[in-house]
Amino acid sequence: MKRVMNIHPGTVGKVLLGMLPFILTIIVYLWASGARLEANPNDKLTPSFATIGDAIERMAFEPSKRTGDYELWSDTTASLQRLLLGVLIAALLGLVVGILNGALPLVRANLSPYITTLSLIPPMAILPILFIIFGLGELSKVMLIVIGITPFIMRDLQARTMELPAEQLIKAQTLGASTWQVILRVIMPQILPRLIQGVRLSLGPAWLFLIAAEAIAAEQGLGYRIFLVRRYLSMDVILPYVVWITFLAFLTDWVLRQISYRAFPWFHGQMRDKS
Amino acid sequence: MSFIEVDDIWKTYGGNVVLERVKTKVQAGEFITIVGTSGCGKTTFLKMLLGTEFPTRGKILMNGKPIPQEPGADRGIVFQKYSVFPHLTALQNLLLAKELEQSRFIAHLFGAARRQAEALAREMLSMVGLQHAAHQYPHELSGGMQQRLAIAQALMKQPKILLLDEPFGALDPGIRADMHELILKIWNKTKINIFMITHDLKEGFYLGTRLWVFDKIRHDAQAPNAYGATITYDIPVDKCDKSTLNGIDQSLAQSRKEHAA
Repeated sequence: MKRVMNIHPGTVGKVLLGMLPFILTIIVYLWASGARLEANPNDKLTPSFATIGDAIERMAFEPSKRTGDYELWSDTTASLQRLLLGVLIAALLGLVVGILNGALPLVRANLSPYITTLSLIPPMAILPILFIIFGLGELSKVMLIVIGITPFIMRDLQARTMELPAEQLIKAQTLGASTWQVILRVIMPQILPRLIQGVRLSLGPAWLFLIAAEAIAAEQGLGYRIFLVRRYLSMDVILPYVVWITFLAFLTDWVLRQISYRAFPWFHGQMRDKS
Repeated sequence: MSFIEVDDIWKTYGGNVVLERVKTKVQAGEFITIVGTSGCGKTTFLKMLLGTEFPTRGKILMNGKPIPQEPGADRGIVFQKYSVFPHLTALQNLLLAKELEQSRFIAHLFGAARRQAEALAREMLSMVGLQHAAHQYPHELSGGMQQRLAIAQALMKQPKILLLDEPFGALDPGIRADMHELILKIWNKTKINIFMITHDLKEGFYLGTRLWVFDKIRHDAQAPNAYGATITYDIPVDKCDKSTLNGIDQSLAQSRKEHAA
């Protein structure tokens, strides 16, 4: 008998093992929902799949009586716009400052302690300040995401830049490169795949900040809707919304990974060689 | 006037003396191989020529002027590893030198300028025997091929000095022999000044025109770092015979023993 640590599942086994927790979760839910609904047909906490289906139908495929919007889609567009704008700004800021910090000792001495301090401020603690300064509109929500994830990306990319072998930077100088040229041709192309990795890691916190901001003040958005219908205990809407958000998060992560594979084959080849 | 003049340099880190009283002159076109035990300061010396380390005392002159205190295009370098850029293909690695030179702000070439630079880069690739690997990334190349690429890249700027820091140290013996042939071919063709650090005394004798041994002359068992290394042997390789080789071998073994003690 082999040690357990040396047993690897086959291809089919791997898929089955991966599916198992999902299937179990659904079975447990159906069982609990059935038991509760049997005791009280008006129970709202664990709606049946049929009730959830009706809610999805209502939210996604029928115009709202109040606004005439298809609410799931208008919520999704509003949330994704905020999220993408926030992440994009954070990524650009993180890229520029991270590289400059990592590459230039003068800038690092100047900015690194400051950014480290800023990154320790809990972003949720300054959300009220953002509402006061930027108002309750789109800007404050985008700003919360930016403030929440930019310091992490900056520090991550600074560390990645400093990890580049000194030999490469010296070699570039012996090829006559100026500081700017080293940054443009040697550092930045090697940091871009790291940026994608950093953004993928930041997406979780970005969603967190988005939903928190929407929960407090918004007129549209996935987080707004969940917190709105909470008042009526509408689990039949909350549950599909949570699943939908999870799916969107998965999709963005998958797209970023594909972009990275396509755009930086050398990076993934190198990683494979190391492992 | 000699090409390079090393004028009584010392290198100390706090109380540790790494190099002391290194004095020598080098004529244009010499191929100098440098051997010594690890930690004897031979790499520090090479870094001083490169411009990433500076003597604590004394100076190194190149054509009568002090060596600049940062790396530059007149001194090419090949390290044992990490010498080529992993995000560029072999051809792009060579092309880079021309792009940096001719395009100051965007460092990219287009059209006729690019075709011209590419022709030069391809010529260089075939000189080091990599014409078939033009579009491969470094991680797809073997260790020997990566070093060939690194050498070709270092030569793109036609430097006056080529510094080699144990360039073949990580390669298999068979591949190493091929690399020796390549480096001799390049040296015969360009008559560039080469400084090469090696662990392998035989390699040093086979390749260079002149061999330096870095070692400590003075020892203090109580304070092993109180004295630094200097050039203990400086011999023209063609005047060398078996007994000199054995002598150097023994003295290096001796100092390795003391180093370990």
